[in-house]
Amino acid sequence: MNNEYLYELIEKAKRNDKGSIGKLLTILESSPPEAFKLLDIVLRETKSKAHVIGFTGIPGSGKSTLISKLLSFYKKENCKIAVIAIDPTSPLSRGAFLGDRIRMQEHSLAPNVFIRSVSTRGLKGGLSFAGVAMIEVFDYLGYDKVFIETVGIGQAETDIMNSAHTIIVVTMPGIGDEIQALKAGVMEIGDIYVLNKSDKEESQKTFEYLNFVIESNELVGRLGWRPKLLKTSALMNYGIEDVMNAIEEHLQYIIEHRYFDSKAYLRRKLLVKLFIEKLLIDKLELEFERLNIEETPGLRNQLNVLREKIASSLKELELYI
Amino acid sequence: MEVIYTGVRQTPEQVVETAIQEDVDVIGVSILSGAHITLMKRLMENLRAKGVHDIPVFLGGTIPLPDISEIEGMGIDRVFLPGTSLQEIVKYVYDAALNKRKKKHE
Amino acid sequence: MFNEEALEELEDKIRKWEKSTVVKSLERFRERMEKFTTLSGITIKNVYTPLDVRDIDYFDKLGLPGEYPFTRGIHATMYRGRLWTMRMFSGYGSPEDTNKRLKYLIAHGETGLSLAFDYPTLIGLDADDPQACGEVGVCGVSVSSLKDMEIIYNGIDMSSITTNMTINPPAPVLLSMYVATAEKQGVTYERIGGTTQNDPLKEFIAQKSYVFPPEPAVKISMDVIEWSIKNLPLWNPISISGYHIREAGATAVQELAFTIADGIEYVRQLILRGLNVDEFAHRLSFFFDAHINFFEEIAKFRAARRMWAKIMKEWFNAEKERSLWLRFHTQTAGVSLTAQQPFNNIVRTTIEALAAVLGGTQSLHTNSLDEPFRVPSEFGAKIALRTQQIIAYETGVADVVDPLAGSYYIEWLTDEIEEQAWKYIDRIEKMGGMLEAVKKGYPQREVTEASYRFQKEVEERKKFIVGVNIYVEGGEEEIRNVPLLDINQEEIERRQVERLRKLRMERNNEAVQSALNKLSKAASRNENIMPYVLDAVKSYATLGEIMNVLKEVYGIWVEPPIY
Ligand SMILES: Nc1nc2c(ncn2[C@@H]2O[C@H](COP(=O)(O)OP(=O)(O)O)[C@@H](O)[C@H]2O)c(=O)[nH]1
Ligand SMILES: [Mg+2]
Repeated sequence: MNNEYLYELIEKAKRNDKGSIGKLLTILESSPPEAFKLLDIVLRETKSKAHVIGFTGIPGSGKSTLISKLLSFYKKENCKIAVIAIDPTSPLSRGAFLGDRIRMQEHSLAPNVFIRSVSTRGLKGGLSFAGVAMIEVFDYLGYDKVFIETVGIGQAETDIMNSAHTIIVVTMPGIGDEIQALKAGVMEIGDIYVLNKSDKEESQKTFEYLNFVIESNELVGRLGWRPKLLKTSALMNYGIEDVMNAIEEHLQYIIEHRYFDSKAYLRRKLLVKLFIEKLLIDKLELEFERLNIEETPGLRNQLNVLREKIASSLKELELYI
Repeated sequence: MEVIYTGVRQTPEQVVETAIQEDVDVIGVSILSGAHITLMKRLMENLRAKGVHDIPVFLGGTIPLPDISEIEGMGIDRVFLPGTSLQEIVKYVYDAALNKRKKKHE
Repeated sequence: MFNEEALEELEDKIRKWEKSTVVKSLERFRERMEKFTTLSGITIKNVYTPLDVRDIDYFDKLGLPGEYPFTRGIHATMYRGRLWTMRMFSGYGSPEDTNKRLKYLIAHGETGLSLAFDYPTLIGLDADDPQACGEVGVCGVSVSSLKDMEIIYNGIDMSSITTNMTINPPAPVLLSMYVATAEKQGVTYERIGGTTQNDPLKEFIAQKSYVFPPEPAVKISMDVIEWSIKNLPLWNPISISGYHIREAGATAVQELAFTIADGIEYVRQLILRGLNVDEFAHRLSFFFDAHINFFEEIAKFRAARRMWAKIMKEWFNAEKERSLWLRFHTQTAGVSLTAQQPFNNIVRTTIEALAAVLGGTQSLHTNSLDEPFRVPSEFGAKIALRTQQIIAYETGVADVVDPLAGSYYIEWLTDEIEEQAWKYIDRIEKMGGMLEAVKKGYPQREVTEASYRFQKEVEERKKFIVGVNIYVEGGEEEIRNVPLLDINQEEIERRQVERLRKLRMERNNEAVQSALNKLSKAASRNENIMPYVLDAVKSYATLGEIMNVLKEVYGIWVEPPIY
């Protein structure tokens, strides 16, 4: 790919040409040298404006449906929104089946909405990189909000979630045990807890339980923010506006407390690490595949072969500079 | 291989827009209602109007034979009739995607 | 029914036979396959004898025709009295086209009409909805308002015919249109006869023309049934359908089990509404597939009758005999037809139709040979109808009741299928019934897996389809000279859209709005929506407008992917 073509894509993407944006995102997923050039341009723009919101929670809790309903409200506000859906419905033997979009298709033609599905497969170590880099690209292209959907399990997804200004944990009624588990892990990270599917009969009990957990300070919010608990039914379309208001309130909070820019700063710093990490891991994996342990017996020799290869890949980094 | 599934009852415009945002290698459409001529014409026109010329499109469904040449004339790459094996379809998609990527790199 | 001594002797003989005669025979020829199975995967032995049916109590399991448990048929004389109804699905293009077609059928003696609707109508969209573009009038007739229904029945005396309407989520609307049209003709409610398919559960399992989420979908369907029971004594408000489940790739056992489980759910729902089982049970009807594995299909139909009678009697304490009848319509298997060498499809349809008749169906639709390609041509539809007539008038199979009863194989298979179906039903009962099972995606997943398994068996040549994986020679071309049904789609769509535009201008829009508001409030209050839908229809509110009101209240369904 020549530079002209890349610049042309960037120019067109800035005018919100969806095809060009789509191609830029593919570059981030699959082509490090071009990704480097693209991000080098993107990160020269120092001002970060996009509000990044992460949606996490167990599969089936209604994240995609909730996002779709939120899109309807935000569209009225004339807001430009990108959705990054990192949630393969089914990891098949050699591929992935991506079904988050089904819930959001009513927005597929909206000029101010861009939806991209990302598979956790195939990207190996590159998922964190691709995810965080996509946030930067949408920010650069002038998107006001970036929604990220993930089940939030694994290092990569945690990295991505940590890059979000606002984290929404979506849960549903009747999952007592799961809540215990969440409490131990994911539940600690939420700024806003959404009890979705509250059209279900069992919901009041779960709500009271969650409320107790939050009230009793078992869950401490990030950055001094007191976590909020909201009830919604994404299916029946109620409580959605409350979620939107809570998101905006949280945004005000982090702006007032000067966390907005520091978050962006950390995210960009993380991106530098992720980029190098990706190059190294890709290289290591490649060389590891090639390593023939019969020809090089002994751990010492094997390590030595890998060390040399990795050293030479560090040298390759110069190509980027 | 990654499959991005849109669910049923998509308009041609939605299919095109989804393909563009997801930057796909191949578009597959299934139609059983008999409206294939009108819908595929609209889909292809839409695709071309958006400047997309390199994504192969294939169609499966209950398609009368006399319609097949008309459909192929619209620029649709392949039509699969009932009775086609899964293997044949998977192989087609695989080749079509590779082909597209090769061309891109030329 | 057998004497123990004779059975013991037989057991002995079989043991010897297996060691000598069979072994010798196998030495000369190996069997064609290592394992023989039905299409549903039931393993079959080489031969069946009285030993395989020794535990079957004749009176308990079979009885006599027209008597409990109705295994041998719901009527004592079956087709010796009246042949099955040859109900061919029709309806296409504009309401005017369909009106002409219906008049033609009536002139040729048909009194049981069957309306096919186009796709927008099936999912409750008006002809001028952007999503309807290109679909109007293609796979059936387009109906967007009472106006269209009035045109379809213009000049047809609705008191002397019955109509089967294949319609599901919009069933309350289409039924209201039918009733309003009949009313305008001066036909009283007591004389309005026909069927609405109105079976929401199978939409989620297989057919996928759902609109509302499962719970409200069932609620609306029950509204239609309840209202019909109270107002239209001759109407069959639901046709509980296994057909679509089977066509989506289910096995015969799954088709049977899921359909019966759907039926159980509906009966429960109606009882919950305070209806007495004997008040409505005789108005429930069923719809099955007749697939190509001949004996398995016959056994399936017989098992279905027996199971339903037992359920109605023992689970729901129905007392009237008619409440125990499983009355069903059958259609031959569209999925068994092939695009390759399409004239072979006539043979397939014939065998399937024969299975339906030997299984004791009340009415039958035979598919046309060209259906893998298109909406049936007149040529194809005529052969399909003639197929039924040949079976009825030439073969003699209709002259005796349940002729295959007593075949060791058939009785064993009937039992086996029934037993396997009960296992599914038990599992579904444990989940809390079919509505809950559907919400969990259970039958959806079962059908998807069965369908994938079958496709793989075909590709691995463990199951054979002539022209597809054995005796392959292409041959789709055979069909090219058969003329297509000629409809001018664009013109039909233009006219339908224009009619709607005029309607919206000329009708009393205040009355429409007021009727729609009342409907919305009634739906929110969880009342039976039928009276309000009927009023809205009479004010000439359109199908799409009424459905939109209901979508606002009840939400819409987006299916989670099944993999
Ligand atoms: N009853 C109910 N079901 C919901 C609600 N929101 C989503 N669902 C259903 O829950 C299932 C999973 O939803 P989805 O958005 O795909 O969940 P995700 O895996 O978290 O993205 C789907 O069948 C939705 O229709 C809700 O508020 N109430
Ligand atoms: Mg999701």
